[in-house]
Amino acid sequence: MTIENFNTDRGLALLTVMERIRAFEEQACLAAERDKLVLGAIHPSIGQEGVAAGVMSNLNKDDIILSTHRGHGHTLAKGASSVAMMRELLGREGGCCGGKGGSMHIADFEVGMLGANGVVSANITIAAGAAHAIKLLGDDRIVVDIFGDGAINRGPFLEGLNWSTVFDLPILFVCEDNQYSATTKTSSMTGGDGPAARATALGLRATEVDGNDAEAVADVAAEICARLRAGGKPEFLHAVTYRQTGHTSFDPAAYRPEGEAAKHRLENDPIARQRDILLTAGISEQALTDIRGEAQAEMIEALRLAAASPFPDDDTVFLDVQDLGSPAVEAY
Amino acid sequence: MTIMTYANAALEAIRQSMQSDPTVWCVGEDLGRGGVFGQYKGLREEFGEARISDAPISEAAIMGAAFGAAMVGTRPVVEMRFADFALCATDELVNQIAKARFMFGGQSRAPMVIRKPMGLWRSSAAQHSQSLESWYVHIPGLVVLCPATPQDNYSMLKAAIACDDPVVYLEHKNIWALEGDVDFDHQITLGEASTRRTGADVTIVSWSNTANLAVEAADTLADKNIDAEVIDLRSLWPWDKSAVLDSVRKTGRLVVAHESVAVGGFGAEIVATVAEQVASSLKGPVRRLGAPRSLIAYAPNLEDKMRVTAEMIVTAAQETFE
Ligand SMILES: Cc1ncc(C[n+]2csc(CCOP(=O)(O)OP(=O)(O)O)c2C)c(N)n1
Ligand SMILES: [Mg+2]
Repeated sequence: MTIENFNTDRGLALLTVMERIRAFEEQACLAAERDKLVLGAIHPSIGQEGVAAGVMSNLNKDDIILSTHRGHGHTLAKGASSVAMMRELLGREGGCCGGKGGSMHIADFEVGMLGANGVVSANITIAAGAAHAIKLLGDDRIVVDIFGDGAINRGPFLEGLNWSTVFDLPILFVCEDNQYSATTKTSSMTGGDGPAARATALGLRATEVDGNDAEAVADVAAEICARLRAGGKPEFLHAVTYRQTGHTSFDPAAYRPEGEAAKHRLENDPIARQRDILLTAGISEQALTDIRGEAQAEMIEALRLAAASPFPDDDTVFLDVQDLGSPAVEAY
Repeated sequence: MTIMTYANAALEAIRQSMQSDPTVWCVGEDLGRGGVFGQYKGLREEFGEARISDAPISEAAIMGAAFGAAMVGTRPVVEMRFADFALCATDELVNQIAKARFMFGGQSRAPMVIRKPMGLWRSSAAQHSQSLESWYVHIPGLVVLCPATPQDNYSMLKAAIACDDPVVYLEHKNIWALEGDVDFDHQITLGEASTRRTGADVTIVSWSNTANLAVEAADTLADKNIDAEVIDLRSLWPWDKSAVLDSVRKTGRLVVAHESVAVGGFGAEIVATVAEQVASSLKGPVRRLGAPRSLIAYAPNLEDKMRVTAEMIVTAAQETFE
């Protein structure tokens, strides 16, 4: 990156999104561990924010994304409200899904976020179908599906990627590779040459990027999205990053080699790296501190508002199951 | 009114739905050549390859992609070829399609029809003959339909395509060629049973091809001076409880018959509901017919061991008088 043609606005926007994701998840973890207000599992993406920020910076509101169980960052970066998201994590009224989904099913269709998914890999075929509909309807939107490195070992990876090439769909698959599948080192359970090689074998153009470099992610995603919008073929992005926390907020991740996480936090944190880039580009330390302060204030307030919200009305339990034979009419 | 086969009645329902709604499209293996049973013949020529879409042999992707497309403004008709293969797409149907609307707090709908030809047919053996309708009834979020006649296959498929819920649509493979009158103007309300024959002495509840056997059985019973009422449920979820309960209140006797395995079958749900709600109306023992909890064999004599026949229904009806 040469400082001369550095896009300061984009650089600051990337940092802002990453700081907001980090602050959101720090508050969510506190709400889980300290306050016992988040009851179900949450999967933080702390350390992985560069992928969410970089990819989403190239999407419009009506573009579509699908995500995974580790989807807070993608959802926030796509434009969902932090308050509605926090309410959802706490299972409250006014949550994005009315408190029925929780963290693992977070979704905001208003901003084109068609759902996290509690089933690893499942969104790959669904995302291909979203792109299929866009093509059938003649829309000019694009779809981005994000999944983990573990997801490439399930069948939907093969079926969904193949589907996208067979039907030539406007979709970008992003493998957000944090190197772990729950407690297992993914490489120890993966044959062949990894995600990009598999995607290439299925006919997709595949690109690899340092997922902890938000600028680099934003650059390659910009090129890919431009190709897709110009009617190009489906593409694949392998973004390598690192999960700084345990698999869930409660997992101490003691199975990792001594010092591995600490080293990543120190040397390879996407937020620290973006701050360094911005400082080099002449942005003041104070400006960066302000961005962080605002993000933290937003998320503290989001948690306060969520905790003050009531649980959903009992009657909503039978709402939105189905029209015909709805349990609201015949529960048993 | 025209005479049509069960298969062509469905084909006509699809054609009319596709003509009136440009967001309806069909996807499945070999559809471009009319589908394995010819249920899509001629539609490719009329609607083109994007709307009568071939698919790779990727049942999970057919189901998953159709679901994604259903959430983004289209109404897919998914062809699973044989109901048995739909099991390759179980996560997509059960964990994704059936649950999305609820999990996402009502933000999405999955208006799609999943066609799963089922049932015993011509020595197809254990992996091409199953009737698993009761599994799907157990999944909240799904509508489960089992048409038995050409008219119902026309009217119910049209209604299913127009419905905003995901519909598991189970046609019976053995009756593709069954002919009957079809009135294109006849609309049905999904969830309403059809009383195929009215009678005063015994209620026979069935669906799918077994409902046709029940009508045959009722004719035989008439010769024996037993006036049987045949209720073809047509829809298993929702199911027409009042039609069944009213009939049992009237006749005081009940036979439930289905081709699928008796154990844990939907017949058990019907009998349990009758026992809970109108037990005092019963004048004789309830009879429940279904397949033994065993596997469907290739050899015709062994395959026959798994069948519920019209004769068995006659005998069961007589037994309700004992
Ligand atoms: C089909 C399925 N199998 C297992 C699980 C349990 N599980 C949840 S997350 C996870 C690890 C997934 O790893 P990866 O895809 O790399 O995503 P990450 O958690 O690293 O973001 C597992 C095994 C699941 N949710 N779904
Ligand atoms: Mg991983």
